[in-house]
Amino acid sequence: MIGYIVKRVLVVIPLLLVMALFTFIFMQKTAGSFYDSLRMDPLISEQTIDYYESLYHLDRPLSVQFLHWVVNLFRLEFGYSFYFNIPVIQVIKGRLWNTFILSLTSMIMTWGVALPLGIWAALRHNRFVDRMIQFISYICLSTPSFLLAILLLYFASQTGWLPMGGMRSAHYEELSLLGKWWDLLRHMAIPAVCLSIYSIGSLQRIMRGNMLETLRQQYLLTARAKGLPENRVIYVHALRNAINPLITILGYSFSSLLSGAALLEIIYGWPGLGNLMLTAVRSKDVYLVMASFMMSGVLFLMGNLLADILLAKCDPRIRYE
Amino acid sequence: MSWVGMVILGLLYTGAIFADFISPYSYRDENRDYSYCPPTPIRVKDRDGRWQWPFVYGVTMRFDQYYRRVYEIDETQKYPLKIFIRTEPYKIFGLIPGSRRLFGVEDPGRLYLWGADARGRDLFSRILYGGRVSLFIGLIGVSISFTIGLIIGGIAGYFGGRIDNILMRICEMFMMVPGFYLLLALRAVVPPDFNSVQVFVSIVVILAFIGWAGLARVIRGMCLSLREREYVLAAKAMGQSDLAIILKHILPHTLSYSVVAIMLSIPSYIIMESALSLLGLGIQDPFASWGNLLSEAMGIVQIKFAPWILLPGLFIFLSVMAFNVIGDALRDYWDPRFKTGQRNL
Repeated sequence: MIGYIVKRVLVVIPLLLVMALFTFIFMQKTAGSFYDSLRMDPLISEQTIDYYESLYHLDRPLSVQFLHWVVNLFRLEFGYSFYFNIPVIQVIKGRLWNTFILSLTSMIMTWGVALPLGIWAALRHNRFVDRMIQFISYICLSTPSFLLAILLLYFASQTGWLPMGGMRSAHYEELSLLGKWWDLLRHMAIPAVCLSIYSIGSLQRIMRGNMLETLRQQYLLTARAKGLPENRVIYVHALRNAINPLITILGYSFSSLLSGAALLEIIYGWPGLGNLMLTAVRSKDVYLVMASFMMSGVLFLMGNLLADILLAKCDPRIRYE
Repeated sequence: MSWVGMVILGLLYTGAIFADFISPYSYRDENRDYSYCPPTPIRVKDRDGRWQWPFVYGVTMRFDQYYRRVYEIDETQKYPLKIFIRTEPYKIFGLIPGSRRLFGVEDPGRLYLWGADARGRDLFSRILYGGRVSLFIGLIGVSISFTIGLIIGGIAGYFGGRIDNILMRICEMFMMVPGFYLLLALRAVVPPDFNSVQVFVSIVVILAFIGWAGLARVIRGMCLSLREREYVLAAKAMGQSDLAIILKHILPHTLSYSVVAIMLSIPSYIIMESALSLLGLGIQDPFASWGNLLSEAMGIVQIKFAPWILLPGLFIFLSVMAFNVIGDALRDYWDPRFKTGQRNL
C-alpha cells in the first residue's frame, strides 16, 4: 500500500514540472507582461521598472528564469508576486483559508442534504415523495450557479436579511467570538448554497440509484428472512453497501475543493483563491499563476489518491500492490 | 419527458438560426430614449373594447422626483403590427439575403415584446441573436473536443504500452488544472484586438481544449477491452491498417456512450460560455450572448425596476434542462447503468 502511494506521488512530480513549464512559456511568450502596463505610467520612471525587473531576474533569458524557479521550489519558495510585491506563498496562504471554509461548508451541506434525500427517495420509490425529489433535483441540476447567485443576491437586497457580498461586515472586529462566527456564516450563506445546488442534485440521484440497486440484492431478503427488524435491514445492511461507491466521489470532490468555488467567489466578491486567480491572470503575474496551478495539481493528486485509499479501506476486495 | 426537451431545443435553435427574420429588430438597433422600457404588450382590443388588428400603444417617458425614468402608455398613439415588414437588409448567417422581418411596427413606434435593455435595444431580438452564440458554442465546442477525445482515447487504448502511457499523462496534465482556472488563463492570452468572430472562435477552441481529456480517458478504457475482441483480431489478421481498425471497428462500439456523454456535456459548454461572458471576458457588447445579456442583471438593484433583464437566465436554464432531459432519456434507452458526468462549475 505504502509503496503504491509513493509510486503514485513520484509519477506526478515530473508531470507538475512539465505543467509549470507550459504555463511559464505560455504566460511569457504571449503579448504583454506585468511591467508593460507600468511602463505606460508616466509617474513611474524607467529606472524603477528596470530595478524591479532585475530584482525578479526578468532581464535574464527565459530558460534561466525557469530554472531559477524550479531550484527554488525545492526550498519551498514559489517566487514573488509582481502584483502584491510579496512572496507568492504569502499571498496564497491568506486566500487559501477563505476558499477552504467556503468549499468545506458547501461540501458538508451537499452531503448532509443529498444523502438523506437520496435514501428517502429510494425507500419511497415511484411514490409521490420520490417523484417530487426527482423533479426538484432536475431543476437543481439545470440551474447555473451564477443565475441562482443573482436571484439570491436580489432577494438579499430586497429583504436585507443577508449581506450582499464580501466575507466580513465592517464592524467585524468589534464582535464577540460567537458574533464573528455568526457574521461569517451569514456571509457564507449565499455562495455556499449556490455552490451546493448542482452537486446536491447529482449526488442525490447517484445515492438513490445505488440504494435502489442494493435494495434488490438477495442478501437483504436473507436478512429479512432471518427476522431482523426492518430498520436494521435498511439502515445497517443496505445503507452501508449503498454508500460504498460514493466514497470515490468524496475523494474526487476533495480535489476540486480549492477551485470549484472560483466563479462564485468572483461574483460574490469572496476574497478567495478564485478571485486571486482572476487578478493574477489578468495582470500576468506569472509566478502567482504557476503556483496556483501547481497547488491545484497537487490537490487533484491528493484527492484521487484519497479516493483510491478510502475505497481500498472500505472494500476488502480491492488491493493495490 | 424527452419530447418536451426536443420541442424546446427545436424552438430555441430555430429562433437562433432565423434570428434575423424572426426578431423585429437587429441586435445592435438601439434607441437611448427607451432605456429599460418595459414590455409593450400587443393588444387586439382598443380603449373602447372594439376588436382590431393587433397593435401596440406608444410609450412616453418622464422623470419622477428621484430622476428615475417612468414609462407610461400613451393611448393616443397606435402602431398596428405589420407582417413581413421591410427593414434594413441582412444576411442569415452571411448567406441568405433578406430585408423583411416576420413582424414589427413602423417608426416612431417601438415594439418591445420582452422589454428593453439599458441602451433601449429590444431584449427579445437580442435573446434570439444571443442564442446563436450560446447554443452553437456548445455544439461546435463539443464536436471539436469529442473528435480529439475519441481519437486520442482510441489510439491510447488500441496501442497500449508506451503510447498509452504518454497520452494518458498528457490527459492528466489537463485534468490537474481546474477547468475554470484554465479557462481564465487561456482567455487572458487572446489578443484584445480580436474582432467578435475571432473572439467567438477562440472561446470555442478554449472550451474544447479544456473538455477533451475526461472523455479520452473513458474511451481509452473502453478501447482497452474492445481491442481483445475476436473481430478486432480478425481484422488485424486480415491485414487492415491500425487506423482503419480504430475508426471502423473500435470507435463505433463506443458510440452509444459518446452520444450520451455529448448530450450531457453540452450544458457545461453553455454554462462556461455564459459564465465567461457574465464576467465580461466572453462575447463583448454590442454582440449578444445569453451570458453577456445576463450581465446586466449583475448590478442587482436594476432587477427591481426592470425584472425582464433576468430573462436570458431563463433561457440558459431552459436549454441546459432540455439537453439534460434528452441525455438522460438516451442513457436510459441504451444503458441504465451509465453514471452522470461531472461538471466543475
